[in-house]
Amino acid sequence: MNVPTTSAASTAAPIIAIRNLQKSFGTNKVLTDISLDVDKGEVVCVIGPSGSGKSTMLRCINTLETPSGGSIVVDGMDMTDLDLDIDAARTRIGMVFQSFNLFGHLTVRENLTIAQTKVLKRSKAEANKVAEANLAKVGLSEKMEAKPGSLSGGQQQRVAIARALSMDPDVMLFDEPTSALDPETVGDVLQVMRNLAEAGMTMVVVTHEMEFARQVADRVVFMDGGVVVEAGPAKDVIGNPQEQRTKDFLSRVLHPGQLG
Amino acid sequence: MSVPTASEDGRQTGPAVPTATATPKARMSKRQKAKLSRGIQYAILIVIAILIAIFADWPKLIDSFGRVDIAAGMFPDVITMALKNTVVYTFLGFALGLVIALFVALMRLSSVGVYRWLATIYIEFFRGLPALVVFLVLGFGLPVAFENFNLPQLVIIMIALGLVSSAYMAETIRAGIQAVPKGQIEAARSLGMSSSRAMFTIVLPQAMRIILPPLTNELILLAKDSSLAYILGSSVDGRELAALGRAEIVNTANLTPFIVIALCYLIITIPLSYLSRVLERKYGSADSGVK
Repeated sequence: MNVPTTSAASTAAPIIAIRNLQKSFGTNKVLTDISLDVDKGEVVCVIGPSGSGKSTMLRCINTLETPSGGSIVVDGMDMTDLDLDIDAARTRIGMVFQSFNLFGHLTVRENLTIAQTKVLKRSKAEANKVAEANLAKVGLSEKMEAKPGSLSGGQQQRVAIARALSMDPDVMLFDEPTSALDPETVGDVLQVMRNLAEAGMTMVVVTHEMEFARQVADRVVFMDGGVVVEAGPAKDVIGNPQEQRTKDFLSRVLHPGQLG
Repeated sequence: MSVPTASEDGRQTGPAVPTATATPKARMSKRQKAKLSRGIQYAILIVIAILIAIFADWPKLIDSFGRVDIAAGMFPDVITMALKNTVVYTFLGFALGLVIALFVALMRLSSVGVYRWLATIYIEFFRGLPALVVFLVLGFGLPVAFENFNLPQLVIIMIALGLVSSAYMAETIRAGIQAVPKGQIEAARSLGMSSSRAMFTIVLPQAMRIILPPLTNELILLAKDSSLAYILGSSVDGRELAALGRAEIVNTANLTPFIVIALCYLIITIPLSYLSRVLERKYGSADSGVK
């Protein structure tokens, strides 16, 4: 299925270009044929039932999962090229995980600086400056010396966002960033992501937060059974879905009140 | 106790009779029963203690195991030489074993099949071999087989203890590495770390916390295994606790040295097992926010 590029600002080449992406685990075909473009500064939300392959698609973008077929080009780098320096490429793609994955043996400061100093070879002073700026961005400056274990889930996720931002990535990938959170901490994380979107960050967000997708996404992609079923502006895909599978999914996840 | 008459309707008469004539014992509550059981256990203990006190040949026992003059004669050598040597052998063996174990554990988790097989063979081989056999082969077998095999005693002991402990520690380290959630590696890789850098800066430090208590236990086992060094028949100043104790028992024809060296082993092992419990409390159950 073709995916229309509806972003108004699409003058240059897309920053993420996925072409005929396929992924199988053994005989289990998770992604059949995915093509998707994301423009610079665009926020794309990927929705769909669990098992639809949306997380796998996201993890293929920075090749945490190795694609079985097709091509992925991020910022001019062919991610499926075996000669590509994949570690260098990944520094330009930030990723936020459902389970935060903060380094439990390190403080928040060390979480934010370790990859800056060891991978980007920044000086300690510079790395600290970047870390402080990003921790302020997520509203947790006072937690600089805390251990991740002492933070709430929402705080850990905001630190994880700050950690990814500290690498100054061109693109941010979010893999169900609020799914493991207590309901009362979800709002803080979504607010941080909203600010990030307004600041012009290119974001691909796999999420179940329909309200967030509706308000923040430039484009919503609905996936089911390893294919993109429907894609377009949020108000179309969520507000007025064309495909039956999209309609079925949305009626299941949206509250009856919101449907009315 | 009256026997219930065998009536057709046993349900009515049967249960009624025992309740009427029930002894106090049968009506004891659970708590009373537990109290009685505890009382019996104390009684058995006291009887055994009295029997030992009456029938043991105390003068003979004290003469064999508790001669203060013999114990005093072992000092200061038992501390300055034997205890020190035991600690040195244990420490050297442990250090070597830890290094080997780390390599073997990483090989065991390698994506290269041959490394995995080699590591598995190594672990199965040295885990299945008695420590005594390793000492015999290194101390007597190899020097006989190869004329040029002429290592200092200390090195032989270190290698033997290292080999014996490495197989167990390799499995412990492997389990520790695998206990670190996969998401930690994924997060590290997504930040641009290579797989080896992720292993050494993110996974291993966290694995070490998980395996500190079992590694301390391994150190205790090794302290005891170091006693096998005595079969190598080392020079006088190379004697560790077991060798010194054996020599003193032969010299004095008395078993008091036995008690002295036993206490010396406890001086090493009891603080270690205390340390192990402290570490377990500190790191064992706390998952420190790792999901």
